[in-house]
Amino acid sequence: MIAGISIYEILTLTSILFFIGVYGFFTRENLITVLMSVELILNASAVNFVLINTYLYPDLLQGAVFSIFIIALAAAETALAIAIIINLYKLIYSVEVKDTEIMKY
Amino acid sequence: MNLESFLLMRSEIGLLAILLLLIIFEIFSNKKQKAAVIPFAIILLAINTALGFLPQESGELFGGMFRTNALLYFFKTTLSFGVLILLLQSADWLKAKVVDENKAPEFFMLIISSLLGAYFMISAGDFLMFYIGLELTTLPVTALVAYDTYKRISAEGAVKYILSSALASGAALFGVSLLYATTGTIYFDSMAEILTSSNLSILAFVFFFSGLAFKTSLVPFHFWTADVYEGAPINVASYLSVISKGAAVLILTILLFTVFKSLMPAWNKIIYIVTIATMFIGNLFALRQQNMKRFLAYSSIAQAGFILLGLMSVDQLGITTIIYFVAIYIFSNLAAFGVVQAISSFSDKENIDDYEGLYRTNPKLSLLMMLALFSLAGIPPLAGFFGKFFLYTAAASQGYYILVFIAVVNATISLYYYLLVVRAMFLRQSDSAIPYFRSPFYMRLGLILAAIGILVIGVYSPIYDYIFSISNSFLN
Repeated sequence: MIAGISIYEILTLTSILFFIGVYGFFTRENLITVLMSVELILNASAVNFVLINTYLYPDLLQGAVFSIFIIALAAAETALAIAIIINLYKLIYSVEVKDTEIMKY
Repeated sequence: MNLESFLLMRSEIGLLAILLLLIIFEIFSNKKQKAAVIPFAIILLAINTALGFLPQESGELFGGMFRTNALLYFFKTTLSFGVLILLLQSADWLKAKVVDENKAPEFFMLIISSLLGAYFMISAGDFLMFYIGLELTTLPVTALVAYDTYKRISAEGAVKYILSSALASGAALFGVSLLYATTGTIYFDSMAEILTSSNLSILAFVFFFSGLAFKTSLVPFHFWTADVYEGAPINVASYLSVISKGAAVLILTILLFTVFKSLMPAWNKIIYIVTIATMFIGNLFALRQQNMKRFLAYSSIAQAGFILLGLMSVDQLGITTIIYFVAIYIFSNLAAFGVVQAISSFSDKENIDDYEGLYRTNPKLSLLMMLALFSLAGIPPLAGFFGKFFLYTAAASQGYYILVFIAVVNATISLYYYLLVVRAMFLRQSDSAIPYFRSPFYMRLGLILAAIGILVIGVYSPIYDYIFSISNSFLN
C-alpha cells in the first residue's frame, strides 16, 4: 500500500489506461502502435489485479500471481504478433492498417 | 494427493504425450521419413480418442483449479473426435503442399496444443486456469492462420485475428479483475456463492462477456470472422469454426449457469439482444457471399446465434440442448468444410459459381455437401433439425415465444442461402464444371466419418438421453 493514495485514485488511473488502449486500438494507423495499445489494455488489467490484491484482499496472493501470468502470456502474444507483422511486411512492405484491407465485408 | 489422482487429467496427459512424441519424431527422423509424420500423428490422436470412450471419474485437482466430470469428459471426447476428422481431411493437403517445405510436424503440434488449451479452458475451475487455457487455444491457431507464409491474405487474416483476440482477452481480463474486486476470489465455486447483482459486477460481466463473445463470434464482435476464415487455410478455418468455437460456447454456458447465475436478470437481456442481432446479421451477410469460406463463416455466425437460444433456459434442458446442438454442428460443419477442402485441393476453386454442375461430375461429394448444408439449415430427417427443435423448446419453455418466432424466421432465411449452393450443384449446368476426381484415402475416411456423425447423432436418440443424464453435473 502506498501512503496517502487511496484505491480510488489508482483504479481511476487503470481505467483511464484501459480506455486509452481501446481508443488507440481503433484509431491508430500503424499495426505496431495498435499492438502497443493492446499492451496498454493488458497492463491496465495486470495493475488492477496487483492493486486490488494489495488494497482489498492482502491476506491471499491470488491477484499478484494472476498478474505474473498476464505478463508472461502478454509477452508470448506480442512475440507472435510481431512475427506475423514481420511476415506481412516481407510480403507487402508496409505495416499500415490501410494496406490490410483487401478482404472486406 | 497421490499420483493416481493425476489420472483425472488423462485426456490432457494423452495430448501432452502426443506433443512430445511428435517433437521426438521431428528430431530423429531423416528427410525421407518426414512424410511419415502424417499417419503417425493421426494414429496417435485416434488412440487418444479411443481412450476417451473409457469411463472416467469426476473430481478436482490442484485445489480446485482443474475439475472434470462426465459432461466435460464427453465434450472432450467429441472435440478430440472432431480434430481427428479434421486431421484426416487435411492429411492430403499436407502431403501435397507442405511436406516438401518441411513444415508438416508444426501443423500437428500447433493443432494439438490448441486442442490441449481447449481442454484446459473447459476444465478450468478458476479464472487463472481459464485465462491460460483461452490463450493456449488462441495463440497456436493464430500461427496456423498465418501458415501460408507466402500468401498475402493469410498474413492479413492472421494480423486481424491476433490483434482482435488480444483486445478481446484484454477486455475479458479487465472484467475478471473487477470481479476479483467485488468478490475477493478467482475460484468459480466460491465466486458463485459470493457474487451478487451490483453495478460493478454487471460492468465486470459485460467486459468479460465481450471477451468470450469474440471467441464465439457473436455479433458486435464478429468482424474478424469472415476475413480470418478467408485468409486461413481451409482446415484451419474449419478448426476455428468448430473446435475453438465449440469449446468457447461450452465454457460460456457453464460460467453463465454457475458463476453468473445471480446476475441472470441482467445477462438475460444482453443475451436476448445479442441473439437476435447475431442471427440476423449472420444470415443477411451470408446471402451476399460468393466465396465458400466467407459463406460458411457467416453461416457459422448465424449458427452461434441459434446456440444462444439455449442459454435462455437456465436449467438442465438448456445445457443439454446446447451441447447436443454443438455436437451436431461440429459434424455438419466438418463435413461442409471437408467437401470445400476436397474440391479446393483438386482444382483450387472456392466460389459458389464454380460448384455449378457438380452433381453430374461428382455425385457423392455433392450429396455429402447437401447432407451437411441441410443439417446446418435444419431439414427434418437430419440431425440439425432435432438440434434446432430442442433449442426452440428450451427457449419456449421459459416463455420467450417472440424470440423463438424470430429464430424460426431466421431459419427460413438461412434455408434460402443454403439452397443457393444446393441449386448450383444440382440444378445448374455448366460447361466448365469441375471434372470427376477421386479423393485420396484419408480425405474419404474423414468425409465418411463426418457423414456418419451427422446421421447417427440425429437418428440415434440415446445420445440425447445420455447428454441429458450427465448434464446436471454443474447445476447442483
